[in-house]
Parts: sequence; C-alpha cells; structure tokens
Amino acid sequence: MSNATQGMDVGYVAHLARLELTAEETALFQGQLDQILHYVEQLNALDVAGVEPTAHAIPVYNVFRPDEVGRSLDHDDVIANAPSAANGQFRVPKIIDQ
Amino acid sequence: MEYEATIGLETHIMQKTGTKMFCSCRHEYGAAPNTHVCPVCLGYPGALPVLNEKAIELCCKAGLLLGCAINPYSKWDRKNYFYPDMAKNYQISQYDQPLCLGGQLEVEVDGAMKTFAIERIHQEENAAKNTHVAGGSLVDYNRAGTALMEIVSEPCMHSAADALAYMNALKQIMQYGGISDCDQEKGQMRSDVNVSVRPVGQKELGAKVEIKNMNSFAFIEQAIGYEIDRQIAVLEGGGRVAQETRGFDADRGETFTQRTKEDAHDYRYFPEPDLMPVKISAEQVERWRAELPELPAQRRARYVSELGLPEYDAGVLTSDKAVSDWFEEAMRHTDNAKAVSNFIMGEMLRLLSGQGTAISESQVTPEKLAAIIALIDAKTISTSAGKQVFEIVFNEGGDPKTIVEAKGMAQVSDDSALEGWADEAIANNPKSVEEYKAGKQGAINFLMGQVMKASKGKANPGAVMQMLKQKLDA
Repeated sequence: MSNATQGMDVGYVAHLARLELTAEETALFQGQLDQILHYVEQLNALDVAGVEPTAHAIPVYNVFRPDEVGRSLDHDDVIANAPSAANGQFRVPKIIDQ
Repeated sequence: MEYEATIGLETHIMQKTGTKMFCSCRHEYGAAPNTHVCPVCLGYPGALPVLNEKAIELCCKAGLLLGCAINPYSKWDRKNYFYPDMAKNYQISQYDQPLCLGGQLEVEVDGAMKTFAIERIHQEENAAKNTHVAGGSLVDYNRAGTALMEIVSEPCMHSAADALAYMNALKQIMQYGGISDCDQEKGQMRSDVNVSVRPVGQKELGAKVEIKNMNSFAFIEQAIGYEIDRQIAVLEGGGRVAQETRGFDADRGETFTQRTKEDAHDYRYFPEPDLMPVKISAEQVERWRAELPELPAQRRARYVSELGLPEYDAGVLTSDKAVSDWFEEAMRHTDNAKAVSNFIMGEMLRLLSGQGTAISESQVTPEKLAAIIALIDAKTISTSAGKQVFEIVFNEGGDPKTIVEAKGMAQVSDDSALEGWADEAIANNPKSVEEYKAGKQGAINFLMGQVMKASKGKANPGAVMQMLKQKLDA
C-alpha cells in the first residue's frame, strides 16, 4: 500500500500499470497526484482509534449464487473480439514465463 | 558443517464445482477452447463477479478436514499483474482475511508420525491456459475464473520425503472429502515449493528460493533434492544463496533462475470493490462439520478394528478413495472382508494397471466379486478357479455363476470321481507312495498334485487330501 506522506513515485507506478510516460508527463502527473494525496492526507487528522477497518462502505455480506450452469457466450462472438486468433484461441505475442 | 533444509508448500487445488468461481460458466476439463467463457471470465468492462456458494462451502470443508479455524469474516482482494492468462489484469484472491486459518496434517514419514502445520487456505480463481506456438502464444479461457484454493503450509518440512508425504496426505484427504479430484494430469493440484538451507543451530532461516508451479510429485521430489544440494554447495563455497524464483527443468533434473528479488512482482493488493465480504456463522460451520465424510486414517483404523483386516491390507485399500469406495460397496454384498481385500489387492489392481482403467469402470462390479466369493466359500469352486472366473468377468463380463456352469469349473468333491484319479495317482507313482509310507509326510503333496492335474484343477483339494490319506494310511 502506498503511503501518502512519502508521496508517490509516478515513474514506478506508471511502470506497474504499463503506461509509457514522457518526462514532461511524469513531472506533470507527479505534481497533480502529490496535490491529491496531500488533500486526502487531511484524513490523518481524524482520530479513528476504535473504528473497525472495513473493505466496503455498506454492511452487506454473503452475496452468493448457486452452483448452476448458465449460458456462456457463443464461441464465434468470443473470437470476433480477438485482435488475432488461431485454433479457436486468442493469439497473443509470444509469452515465455511469468 | 551440518546443514538443515526448511521447506514450505503453497498448494493450489481446483475444487469440484459445476461452474466457475465468479460466473455461471461451466467448469469442465477438455472442452473445445473458449466455449465456457462469458463477459465476467473474459474481463469485459462492467461485468460483475458473483461468488459461487458451493466453492465457499468446499473451501471451508477442506479447512475443517485439515483442522483449520473458519474465519468468521473474510474478504476479497485484487492481485494486480499483467499477463494474458488473466484477462482482467488482476486475479481475485484473498490477501489478509482468508476463509481458513491454521490447521495441521498428521502424516507418516519413514515410519514416524509427523505433524505439519498449515498457515491458511484462501480462495481465488484460476488463470487461463496458455499454449506456446511458433511466433506466438494461444490462450484458452475455459479454465480462467474456475475455483482454485491455495493451501499454504508453514515452513515446517525438512526433506523431500516430508514434502512428498504431506502432498500425498493432502491429495488423499481432498479426494475423500469430495473437495477435488486432485488429478495432476489435469492440473487440479499444483504446488509452489519454498526451500531454504541454514547451518544447523542457526536461528534465522536461510534465503528462500521458490520453485514455481509443479504438478508432478516426482518432479517436486527431484527439485527439492536438487535445490537443497545446490544451496548447500553455494554456502560451502563461501557464497550467498540469492532469494529468487526458480523453475524446474524436468529433462535435466535441475532448477534454474527465473526471477530474482530485484524484479519481483509488486502486486499492489487492494480490496475487491465488486465483491462483498463473507461472514460465516458458528452454526454454519457446525452444519458443514456434520457433513464431513470419513477420512482415510479413520477408514483404515475401522478396517482393522471392525473388519479384522491386516494393517497392510487396510493401508492399500484406503490409499485410493475410488478403491476404498469400491471395497465398501462390495462389503454390502458379502461378509468375507479378507477375500474381497485379496481379490482387490491381487487380481483387480494387477489387471487394472495392465489396462490402465479405473476401478469404477471394471466389468467386475462389487456385486459380481461378492458372487465369486460366495461360490468359493460354498466350495462350489476352488480359489484358483475363482481367480479364473474373476479374470473372465474382468475381460469379457458375464455372470460368475453362469460362467462356472458353462465352463464346467465347479469343483469335484464327489467321491466316485475322486477315487478314480486317486487310484491312478497311487498306481503310477509307487516311489512317492513308498516315501510317504516311510514317514515322509511331504510326499503326499506330489500325489495330490497328480490328482489335481488329472482333474484339470477341478478336484476339491480338501476332499482329495482326505481320500489319499484314507487310502495310504489304510
């Protein structure tokens, strides 16, 4: 998790998001994002001792569906969206390992 | 210097659900590529995941079978990375609040009982299948988004044998529990292995090397052995073991560097906004607990204590759930547990492995085996004829009793028939007769063999022995 008080390394985050930024863009976004983070930092002034952390704002739990098969997409429609396809599969540039 | 290895396993197991984890696409192995896909598992913008209730149940039951505590509150997180096997560019997983916490697995390693601690089990989704072809890679999303749980052990193992015993026990329990078929060929059970080495007596663990994504137990065993030796050699040579991710080259039996610490992934986990957390009540946990099936260790003990089978038999029968279930079914049709066990361990497993088929597909059904055993117990056929009948039914099918009649395999206990063969054997083998009369008890066995041969194996051995003794001792 990024820590607002330490600012944000825009170059690193852009790399993680696979965004190619010019030096000018990096500098521009760095300034803008620092401002936003600084604004959000005001929350640090609040005393949240005794407040449970939560992943969601509304208290809704256990939204399930039964394990029953529904409709999938037609294969032709699926492949129609692929920039490149072969053997009924999506074709992507060579990937070696992860 | 003496070294000690420390091993931890992260085992991914695909659950036996009918549909995927977050969408209602069918979960099926071997379907034509990209036929079980939808906007959710293809990561289309705006598509929303919904939790599969059955997957949650199976994950929690797996936890209960392993002695885990079920987390009353658990939540979902996004693990971000870019790779074509995950169309959304993130995997939905559980980061800090998994479904199951703690737990342990008791296993026998080289004759000694050991307890291996389990840290957690979390629920996540599977990735798509990539196939690499010339000039590119192909992606089949049928597997993408299927239910996958990760069972994380503590770094509590110290040898390849420990890891192997742990994985075997895990597989057995998951199969018995109906959680997963754990078919490694189908990628239903895969492990990442963490190995480190330190001088004995050193408190801190050595640098951790992770070997990724192995499905074969034999390869895992080889990889661990290789890695322990490699790390010790590095330390002995005065070097430092690099913390890294390595792959295993099965052809060479070696591990190789895949990714060093410097370019390790930064997954930027954050709470999944599209899924609400899960709360599981104590009552729900108890309902699930009540539904848990008998585990191999319990079955094994029962086969010995209630059915009077030897430990060895009980171990063989319970090592594979399908075999054990078959045995249980046969026991509904006969009381002769040892006979069933003998047929399974002998004929059945031998013939099955020759054919490469599963016991559930055998033409010898539990009922037919019980019928064969009944014919032997009634002395209608000999044990060896019983084995022949078994083999005929196995290969050609048919009803045991009809086969015995059609092939004239019934034992002959009738005195008039036996008498002719016995007289013949005595007349033709004066030497054996003499030896027997001189006190060499064993000589009668030769005569007995002659009678069996003359009867083409149909004579009742007990009756023959009695007849021969009567004649010779007279």
